[in-house]
Amino acid sequence: MFADWPILSLLIWLPILGGFLVLAAGRDAPHVARRLGLAVAVATFVVSLPLWFVFERGTAEMQFQELASWIPAFNVNYHLGVDGISMPLILLTTLITVVVVVAAWESVKDRIAYYMAAMLVMEGLMIGMFASMDAVLFYVFFEAMLIPMFLVIGIWGGPRRVYATLKFFLYTFLGSVFMLVALIWMYIQSGSFLIQDFHALQIGLTAQILIFLAFFMAFAVKIPMFPVHTWLPDAHVEAPTGGSVILAAIMLKIGGYGFLRFSLPITPDASAVLDTMMIVLSLIAIVYIGLVALIQSDMKKLIAYSSIAHMGFVTLGFFLAFYIYSNTGDWEGASLGIAGGMVQMISHGFISAAMFLAVGVLYDRLHSRQIADYGGVVNTMPWFAAFFVLFAMANTGLPGTSGFVGEFMVILAAFKADFWIAFLAATTLILAAGYTLWLVKRVIFGAVANENVAGLSDMNRREFFLMGVLAFFTLLLGVWPAPLLDVMNATIDHLVAHIAQSKL
Amino acid sequence: MNFEIPNFLPAVPEMFVLGMACLILVIDAFLPDSRRDVTYGLVQATLVAAAGLTLWMMGPETVLTFSDTFVKDPMADILKVAVYVTSFLVFLYARPYLMERGIHKGEFYVLGLFAVLGMMIMISGHNLLTLYLGLELLSLSSYALVAFWRDNSRATEAAMKYFVLGALASGLLLYGMSMIYGMTGSLDIAVIAAELVAADESMNVPLVFGLVFLVVAIAFKLGAVPFHMWVPDVYDGAPTAVTLFIATAPKIAAFAFLMRLLVEGMGPLHADWQGMLIILAVLSLAVGNVIAIAQTSIKRMLAYSTIAHIGFLFMGILAGTDSGYASAMFYVIVYAITAAGGFGMIVFLSRKGYEADQIDDFKGLAKRNPWFAFIMLLLLFSMAGVPPTVGFYAKLAVIQAAVGAELVWLAIVAVIFSIIGAFYYLRVVKMMFFDDPQEGAEEPVQPSGALAAALSINGLAVLLLGIFPGLLLSLTHYAIIG
Repeated sequence: MFADWPILSLLIWLPILGGFLVLAAGRDAPHVARRLGLAVAVATFVVSLPLWFVFERGTAEMQFQELASWIPAFNVNYHLGVDGISMPLILLTTLITVVVVVAAWESVKDRIAYYMAAMLVMEGLMIGMFASMDAVLFYVFFEAMLIPMFLVIGIWGGPRRVYATLKFFLYTFLGSVFMLVALIWMYIQSGSFLIQDFHALQIGLTAQILIFLAFFMAFAVKIPMFPVHTWLPDAHVEAPTGGSVILAAIMLKIGGYGFLRFSLPITPDASAVLDTMMIVLSLIAIVYIGLVALIQSDMKKLIAYSSIAHMGFVTLGFFLAFYIYSNTGDWEGASLGIAGGMVQMISHGFISAAMFLAVGVLYDRLHSRQIADYGGVVNTMPWFAAFFVLFAMANTGLPGTSGFVGEFMVILAAFKADFWIAFLAATTLILAAGYTLWLVKRVIFGAVANENVAGLSDMNRREFFLMGVLAFFTLLLGVWPAPLLDVMNATIDHLVAHIAQSKL
Repeated sequence: MNFEIPNFLPAVPEMFVLGMACLILVIDAFLPDSRRDVTYGLVQATLVAAAGLTLWMMGPETVLTFSDTFVKDPMADILKVAVYVTSFLVFLYARPYLMERGIHKGEFYVLGLFAVLGMMIMISGHNLLTLYLGLELLSLSSYALVAFWRDNSRATEAAMKYFVLGALASGLLLYGMSMIYGMTGSLDIAVIAAELVAADESMNVPLVFGLVFLVVAIAFKLGAVPFHMWVPDVYDGAPTAVTLFIATAPKIAAFAFLMRLLVEGMGPLHADWQGMLIILAVLSLAVGNVIAIAQTSIKRMLAYSTIAHIGFLFMGILAGTDSGYASAMFYVIVYAITAAGGFGMIVFLSRKGYEADQIDDFKGLAKRNPWFAFIMLLLLFSMAGVPPTVGFYAKLAVIQAAVGAELVWLAIVAVIFSIIGAFYYLRVVKMMFFDDPQEGAEEPVQPSGALAAALSINGLAVLLLGIFPGLLLSLTHYAIIG
């Protein structure tokens, strides 16, 4: 019954218009702003649920399509649709936004209505980006979401917020404008901005490599890959908790999504030529950034570096496909790597959100993110400690948590490609265990470090609820990933079949 | 020589504006200072009526009249309407500024109206002399406008610079025109184009020689690098109300001037002027965007930003395709609307004896008036070309024209400089939203009713045109391609 409804439009415009409503109604009334913001976020989440239940498994077709003419002069259409890659990411977005809105309940005191509005507008823009089938529409959403994020970090951020937010904006802007030129070039060739028409476009190798690099600039910055990752730790450290959660849980996924939607299917031959570069950069992210995470003294920075390392797994999984083909001669195992990368993205959405929220819980109490200021938190905050340990375990990839599934799939795929790639990728199990468990040891366990820690109060109901929801999904995805894989399989198989055909 | 009565109909808006300007000049002379609003109202009513006339007479056909010296086509109609709209906005923004400083004189509006007439003639010129006439009417009115606050020494200085350099540019233009006339034997745009097609190799050198002078003169008038030095000085020195005027509508007219002269007249020499425009475009993008970063005065910053925008404008034109011209036309209209809002914000923040022309004056605006900080945010992001504001589509259109003309490298140069440009726009956003107000300027600010409404509409138009850009883009395509 939902198949004909404009669910996707509703998902985009409900939070955007709701955000402006919150701004209008709640400017001088924080209570109204909070309640209204929550109502909009929850309503959006509820509207997104039919996507999951009505979504037709077993087909790679775009579903829930909507089409309206938008800019006839350039043959640009308001064209929406989702497949097995974008649908789970939209659900992740609606869920995480609810979490972020609730998390801001007490911790954001200054200009709460603006904060809620920015988060909701950002939600709508991100959903629009995942749902766009038209390249210009995609780009508009892709860029537009920079504006609210820029303001969120700049207004509610830490002491070096201005530096961090300018760096964030300019880095991402720098990456994406080259993509714009590439998109326009392909429009000139194909006469349409429909992404599927780009997929079908025959492009020579030189042009493919240039287009690939343009996309690489856009998405590698976003995900982020070594060596263009440096904006992320700055942005994360200075962003308010909610901003960090949105950044880590959703915005980073946009880079991964872009690789799957644009780079792989549009430039398969360039991807095959450059796969070694991508794999090496991914491995550097996994190993080197893992080592960097070890020495951090700021909790948020540590988690930020850990995010980069985990995203290294995502890109590794995506680009292994080509390596597997050139080593073994068939595409067996390619789907495994790509699916592993996708699972890793969703799983990281839950885990990183939870980790940043946990840091936020501590920060709200002691106003410090330094590891050295804590110690023995378990004595005063047992519930918190339990959740923290759970998410730390998930972050290291313990079986039974969602962190394990994606990493395991990618490592398995890596074995098909090359033993040494698998070996290096597997070091993450040790490194992640190293930096995460060491963090747990220093913050949670041991004797009570100082008076401040002794005076800590455990989580309240609201915080408990947030952690509980995220823990539920982390464990659910860890023990029963089949439904998620089921949704993605047809799309990923179709993608692999598509990239298996050379465009030359 | 037999005389026939020309068809006056296509020029009715021009004759109306001319008549009204003369009438208002007389009426104004009899008004006491306290009744100056009558002049203002009449001028605005004239613009509205002229817009009505132009829209009423709008048609898809191209009509030539006055011995083919005057043309009325869809491009002229649409550009004239854009000139009326921006001038209307400009006068609206300028009024409170002039009143607060005790220079609310009728001359401002009458000169403005004559400048509008000059722009209309430029837009409809189909003969080298008509085009020159329109340009001079606009220029002389503008010089007088810049100088019209005669007690202000900076404005007087700016007017001198403007006049001397403007006169130099006019001289270059005339020289180029005389060369072209000498080679083709005609002042008529269409005849020149036909002669150029038939021209043989031996005429090439003198033709290109004349062309260089034309391009230089146009670059002077538009403020493209390396002929840009007057722009920041004049923008900065002129009273903000006048800067507002010379930075907006005249660019639309200059675009039409360029179209008539280079595209319709010198179209066959496209290969020659394309190279010149590429150099001007790249230099304007580079110098405009980089030097803007170093500015502390917002008027100078916007002046350099204008220079950079001219670079983008050239990119659309030099592509040499119909969609390229249409994209440049879209760009210039979008630029005029956005710039009007940007300078309007300076008027809004300024008080008597306090010009608010430093970037620092925008500090903490989000705390003093969140709504207008948001409006300024939209305008700045539009100038930077960030979606969902309309500035993005303007850049999209011209970049597409450049890529379509196989100038991918130029598109890449342009986007790189637009990233550099994003920095100084972001810096203003940063000051408005992240910084605290300056000492002594913490109190909230609220513009007067009409100004507030107009600024809000202006800012929201930038957003709404960005969400629904289809209509304006289709209009510009219709104007050029038909």
